[in-house]
Parts: sequence; structure tokens; C-alpha cells
Amino acid sequence: MRMNPKRKILLLVIILLATILLGICRGSINIPFLELLSKENQQILYLRIVRVMLGILVGAGLGVCGAVLQAILRNPLAEPYLLGTSSGAGLGAITAIILGVSGVYLPFAAFLGALLSIVLVYNLAKQDTKIPVQSLILSGVIVAMAFSGIILFFISISSNETLHGITWWLLGSLQIYQLKLLFVVAGIVVFGILSIFALSQDLNAISIGEEEAIHLGIEIETVKKILFLITSLITGALVSVSGMIGFVGLIIPHTMRLVVGPNHKILIPATCLGAAAFLVLCDTVSRSLLSPVEIPIGVITSLIGAPIFIILLKRSQRVK
Amino acid sequence: MGVLLKVDKLFGGYGREIVLKDISFEIKRGEFLGIIGPNGSGKSTLLRLMSRVLYPRKGIILFENQDITKMGLKELCRKIAFVPQDTLISFSFSVWEIVLMGRIPHLKRLQLETRKDFEIAESSLSLTDSLYLKNKKIDQLSAGERQRVIIAKALTQEPILLFLDEPTSHLDIGHQIQILDLLKRLNRQNYLTTVVVLHDLNLASEYCNRLILLNEGRIFKEGTPDEVLTYHNIESVYKTIVVVNKNPISSKPYCFLVSKEGRCLQD
Repeated sequence: MRMNPKRKILLLVIILLATILLGICRGSINIPFLELLSKENQQILYLRIVRVMLGILVGAGLGVCGAVLQAILRNPLAEPYLLGTSSGAGLGAITAIILGVSGVYLPFAAFLGALLSIVLVYNLAKQDTKIPVQSLILSGVIVAMAFSGIILFFISISSNETLHGITWWLLGSLQIYQLKLLFVVAGIVVFGILSIFALSQDLNAISIGEEEAIHLGIEIETVKKILFLITSLITGALVSVSGMIGFVGLIIPHTMRLVVGPNHKILIPATCLGAAAFLVLCDTVSRSLLSPVEIPIGVITSLIGAPIFIILLKRSQRVK
Repeated sequence: MGVLLKVDKLFGGYGREIVLKDISFEIKRGEFLGIIGPNGSGKSTLLRLMSRVLYPRKGIILFENQDITKMGLKELCRKIAFVPQDTLISFSFSVWEIVLMGRIPHLKRLQLETRKDFEIAESSLSLTDSLYLKNKKIDQLSAGERQRVIIAKALTQEPILLFLDEPTSHLDIGHQIQILDLLKRLNRQNYLTTVVVLHDLNLASEYCNRLILLNEGRIFKEGTPDEVLTYHNIESVYKTIVVVNKNPISSKPYCFLVSKEGRCLQD
């Protein structure tokens, strides 16, 4: 894979465009692209475009958050759901389902839960004015466990009907009912990713060590706090609309590091494109493979993602 | 020789624990200063305080007559660079990417490196004899190569003051001498003021113009290697018996260590 970084980015753009086209044409029924543009298929086209757009947002958002957390926590197992935000969103959503709040307000309840978990984790992790990495991970895990406990309790006492709603939510899906909601989420994700990209030089320095970064003039505590907040908000917003779609935030950053290297100036855009393409592809497969039955997208992300990652890992080991 | 950095009645440490107590000394422009002392005597803490990783509990550190806690961190890092004991980098950056990071203090956020930055990085690599490593990955290098690259990164910051925290403790004697010769050359040719924490008293004696001997968080003795490295000073600080003689080539003081068994035979 001896290509210069610009070519690799270009290649990823082409792959993303291809998956978008595929995602629009394929589905529970296959319609050729030109026919999709006709009037009677307008509704289908609209639904699929919205779905692909959400796929791009969820993929890019979770992928970039994973890359950032792996760098600032210097932990290869870090991923967007590590710091408790998703459990917070889960608790919010499930509380809403049990209280019988209708589907429209569900994302808001979930986002409220996410915000609650961010505040909790941040205050638990804080020591004086600093947030040490170890204590951030521990606080995240503890909050996630406590919230999961409550979620399990709610599941155990809920009726069959509610249970179905909860399970559907936990499995994650790219179905969305309102365009407005999509725009709000898009706003958060795009703003977040742009801010992260602006910090890519700081991320490079922090990924070689916190004291190293101080010696290069980086106010690490401020940068860490900003990044914790941004990644949590992105994750919270995404989980609120699409549920817990796993694996993307863990494996795509690693895959992209194998492809373009660890320099965040290239890694962040590459992860953005690669993860978006990956999720749109996975969603297309989940819709069309056993149609009309929709396979949960989390199943597809693991089944497609794991082999891709293993192939790349083996190849890079052989190069060494 | 003007004073570059002045430490005045400095107290500092971690959390509630005070490691350094009432430290005062000066670093003069162009000198090669060694800081020695037993484990836990506060050598690394002193370097951390002077490079603003830690804030002083009491007292003041003046760099070019400015209080460093009131200077911007980036401004400070354009003048002071730091080389740690050993840098374990878990991401496989290329040597070139690592060395270019030395330009971060000089760049604004999102500003791209210019030709000037590339030239500075390239000349730092050639100064440290590591230009041939430019396209290698940092995690494929040996400990000695890696340390030269980290020094090149520090030089890319274009510092006028360089701190090093035991830069040779993971290296064999050949690489130890290579690194210290390199530092000495930079000190002489580029007039780079160098402050180095060393464990090895004989290396400190051989390379430094001046030594500061720390003990239990205080300055025990400060002066030339001849003044500091006397058997009397060493024995009272390190609580072990040594014989101090002269290096036959450089005539700098040289410490011989004596085992307990050896001491008994002498009696």
C-alpha cells in the first residue's frame, strides 16, 4: 500500500460515493437508479437518502470519536461507548419507553440520559483541576456498569410489548422518522468533527505522551476536557437516534491507522470517510440480505468488520 | 556569562507531598550543568518544575528574567526543550513525523509547515546523525537510535535551553558516550545551554562544567566536578563507601565503588 496520503483519501472518497450509490439502489426491493428518479418512486428515494445520510453521520461520528479516545487515553480498546455516554442514553431511552413516552420524544430522553452520564463521569474523574486518564476510564466504566444495572432491572420488570421496544432500541438501527432530528444530529456531528480536526496536531502530541505534549506547548488538561466533551456529545446524539451500533468506533480507527498511519491530520479525515462508507455498506446489507426481514445492523458490522480488520492486521505484520 | 534561568527559594512536589525544599541556583548561558543525587532526591521533580510540567508550591523560577508560570506555555516551549529518559511511543509514527512535531510550538493551530520548518527538522536530523532514519517507523528503532531522534525533535523546537532527564540510562556504554558527545558538541558549537540529570557520577564528572548534588530535596553541594565529587560528599549523600581518584586521560574525578566483601579484605 505505497500510495501518498492524498491518493488514499481520494480512494476513500470514491469508495464512500460507491457505497452511497449502492445504499440508494439496493434495499428490500431493488430498483435501478434511473427508475428511482421517477415520480412514483419518490417516496422510496427520499427514505433511502435519509437513511444513507444517517449512516454517514453515525459512521463518521462514531469512527472519529473512537480514534480520538484511543489517542487521548492511549488505549487500543478505547471506543465511543467506553466512557458511559451510551449507557446514559440507553437509560434515558428505556425510562421513556417504560413511561410510555411516544417515539418522537425518545431521542430527547436518550440525549438527556447521555448528558446526565457526561456530568457524572466528568465529576467523578476530576481531581482538582485535572482529569487523569486512568480515573476517566474507571469513572466511565463504573457509570456504565451502574446504568446497565438499572437498565437490566427495568427490562426484568417490563411487559412483553415494552420489551420489544427496548430490544429494538438496544440493537440499533438507522431508521429515522423526522428530517428535523436528522439536521440537529448532523449539526452536532459536523461541528464536533471539525473541532476535532482543528485539534489534530494536539492529538498527535498527546498520543506520544501527556508530558511530551506539555513540552511541545500544549495545555493538555484543557484539550482533554474539550475532547471528552465533544466526543461525548457526538456519541450521545448518535446513540439517541440510532441506538447502540457497535464495533464501528473500535475497529475502523485501527483499520485506518494501518492504512494511512497514526498522523491525525490524515487519520481523522480517513476515519471519517472509511467509517461512513463502512456503515452505509453494512446498513445496505442488513436491509437487503434477508429482505423483507431486516438483520440488526450490529450483527453485520461485526461480521463484515472483523475479517477486514484481521486481513489488514496480518498484512501489516508481514510487512514488518 | 549571563544568567539564563534563576531558581529562587523553590518548593515543589506532587499533591500534598513536598519533594523539593528551598532550592536556589542559577543556570548560566552556554553552560553544561549536571544534576546528580540519589533516587528520590528530587532531580526529575526539579526538571519538571523548570519546564512547567509542575507548578511551584512556593518560590519563583525566572527564565530570561520572566516568571515562567506567567509566560504562555507555547512561548516557553519555543525556548526550552525537554528530552525524557525513554520515550515509549505506542503509535507507529514515522521518524520524520515525530521530528516535525518539534515545530508545534512555532505553528498556529491548523497552520501547515512551511519549507523553513522542513529545513529545520532536516538539519536537526543531520545534527544528530540520524538523517538516514528519516523514513523509518519510530517503533522499529533501537533504543539508541530512538533517543537520537527524540533529541532531534527537541532541537527542532530551536531551543536555547535543553533539559534532559537521564537520557542515557537505557543505553549501553557505547551509545551513552555517543549521546553525551553529541550533546557536548551541540553545547559547544551551537552554544546550547544544557541541563542534564545523570545517574552515573563518572559520566557527570566527564561531561559537565558544573554539578549540583541534590540530597533529600535540598542542594547538598554545588560547584565544579572537582569540588562536588569528593569521597566525603558522595559517602554522606549516597551512604556507601567510594574511592575517588582521577581519570588518567581527562584528569576529572573518577569514583570507584567498593563491595562490602572488598572493604573487609582491606581491613
